[in-house]
Amino acid sequence: MNGPIPCPPPLPLVPTPARLRRRLATGLLFLLALPLLHAQANISIRSSKKLRLALPEFALTSGDPAAASLERAFHDVLHNDLDQSGLVAMVSPSTYPLESPAKPAALDQAKVAGWANPPTSAERLVFGNLRVNGNVLQVEGYLYDVTQPSAAFLLGKRYADQPTEAAARVMAHQFADAIIEKLGGGPGIASSRIVFISNRSGSKEVWGMDYDGANQQQITTLASIAYSPRLSPDGTKLAFISYVSGTPQIKIYDLLTRHYLPFPEFAGTNITPAWSPDGRKLAFASSMSGDMELYVIDATGGTPRRLTFSKGNDLAPVWNPKTGAQIAFVSDRTGSPQIYVMDADGTNQQRLTTGGYAVSPSWSPNGQLLAFSWRRMGGGENSGEFDIYFMELASRNIEQLTHNGLRNDYPSWAPDGRHVVFQSGSPSRPQLFTVTADGSNPTRLTNTAANEMPNWSFH
Amino acid sequence: MRYVNASQFRLILAGTVLTLAVGCHKKPQPPILPPAPATPAGPAIVPTVTIQANPTAIQRGQSTLLSWNSEHAVTLELNGRRVNLTGSQQVAPQESTDYTALVRDSNGATANASVRVTVTEPPAPVSPHPTSEDLGQSFDTNVKDVFFDYDQSGLRADGEAALRQDADYLKAHPNLSIVIEGHCDERGSAEYNIALGDRRANAVRDYLVQLGVDGSRVKTVSYGKEKPFCAESNEECWQQNRRAHLARGQ
Repeated sequence: MNGPIPCPPPLPLVPTPARLRRRLATGLLFLLALPLLHAQANISIRSSKKLRLALPEFALTSGDPAAASLERAFHDVLHNDLDQSGLVAMVSPSTYPLESPAKPAALDQAKVAGWANPPTSAERLVFGNLRVNGNVLQVEGYLYDVTQPSAAFLLGKRYADQPTEAAARVMAHQFADAIIEKLGGGPGIASSRIVFISNRSGSKEVWGMDYDGANQQQITTLASIAYSPRLSPDGTKLAFISYVSGTPQIKIYDLLTRHYLPFPEFAGTNITPAWSPDGRKLAFASSMSGDMELYVIDATGGTPRRLTFSKGNDLAPVWNPKTGAQIAFVSDRTGSPQIYVMDADGTNQQRLTTGGYAVSPSWSPNGQLLAFSWRRMGGGENSGEFDIYFMELASRNIEQLTHNGLRNDYPSWAPDGRHVVFQSGSPSRPQLFTVTADGSNPTRLTNTAANEMPNWSFH
Repeated sequence: MRYVNASQFRLILAGTVLTLAVGCHKKPQPPILPPAPATPAGPAIVPTVTIQANPTAIQRGQSTLLSWNSEHAVTLELNGRRVNLTGSQQVAPQESTDYTALVRDSNGATANASVRVTVTEPPAPVSPHPTSEDLGQSFDTNVKDVFFDYDQSGLRADGEAALRQDADYLKAHPNLSIVIEGHCDERGSAEYNIALGDRRANAVRDYLVQLGVDGSRVKTVSYGKEKPFCAESNEECWQQNRRAHLARGQ
């Protein structure tokens, strides 16, 4: 295979068609539950006009009986990845021409017109071929601009791996990311991961999954209470909170070696770790001084340096991932919790939210937006539920993402800056959802037990 | 407590026996010298002395009252020291002691009487661990949890009242250590609730320390909303969960 391989360990596969059916079904339920999920247009998170993209089935160029099911898996995942990207509009297959090309040579001018003209009216065409050759699955994929009469080649990729559905999924994710990047969507998220907390094993443990909810797998087995999982920027380490030693302490788990790395424990309550964008430092909250304050410490340990000195709880730090020069956090120094921002050395502290009860900040990859959870009205005990909001840091303009009357918390930005994962639902059984930042494509990722505190990988 | 009473009962018995023995000593001794030929026709006049201790059994550090009487005596020595012919004195012997009163009359006739004051070790202070079971009940009965308002970590009047009782119990049981668990209801955000529960637990610890409880006996841990006492979604239940729970330490 080409391209960087993400770090997740090999995981059991959920049969793709069943998973997709379930996702579609739950997605529909979610839509019903979120009739008003939309965005206002006062800050810059609305996607520009989406390119119309056609994705016919890939041609089978070998007679191996496994090839057809592998092609279905590959195509399903690729279609879903592109559909979820928020960058393109998938053209309905019912309008496709009867024949689709297997290779670029088959895409003559007449064929291009068939894709570009009504009723298909595609602007971009993705096609290719797939075969099983002995113990190797080979896939060739192409991206063409079909708005020009002879079509313009944009991208060609060839992948080879074992003939398994798991391998087909990985290929599809990689090809999707290459297409999205070629179309100007920045780094794709199809190969990204989400870690989260689930109690489905009987205790709260850290779990991981693909960005689309596939391959859900338990990562920790401490049989205690785990909280606040955070993947390191390079994706090889996991910081989280565990009560395994009696009080909440930071744990660092190496996802490659599957061992815990040494990390100091401190007096009091130690919560909400956050990786600096270079992966060398952690900011966290600790009551080691008696009052909960923010500290920064080398990711390998050492002596923490205190950043905040105000009475009240300071917690939930998150670094500006673009610059590493600022940290947003939550403080209740004036009463109910509010979002603040400061320079990474603790100076220049400014309050950003104007009231209510605001928690769980997540900083967008481009450094321009904060997502957070806000019970906006008054902050009293009967002032409605939590919704996800965005704030543009430059203008301090605010936009509401969710309007579902449920409790929504723990937004975490995807590496593409176009998606957010968050938890929604009752406090006892929240579930995880992704949505594009303009409010489209809400997708439910989890169904079993309680699932919360999602954290999207940096890449 | 039953054991201590039995012990004291045995001491009282022992004291009674001693008193009886002292009673024998109190009988006038036969004169050592032949009666004086002085006055004819009357019975011989001889000095007599009695001495008592009340009580006759004490714990070390306590005192007892010695009192004595004499007749026909001109001097009285209590353990070799001249004292009044009739009198009393508080004594606090460190160990069991015989007190002997010796009287002489003008003719040199003597008599004596003794009393033994038995001194015992004070019993060990009332153990805070009579049995672990009893103490658990005692702890649970006497140590109250503290409840909080929504999103607040300040102590209410009912909380302070509960903590004054808790502090009295803890000061009376100085060997006990405790863990203060901070808890929150389900409505806040989970991470923030850990911080809020931490502050609730610390507020309770600070108040106990202010009331004289040694802070080194007190640990805190916040569970946020992870270990609710009540699982329903209503105010009654939420109030149950907004608490600092005082648990016995290890």
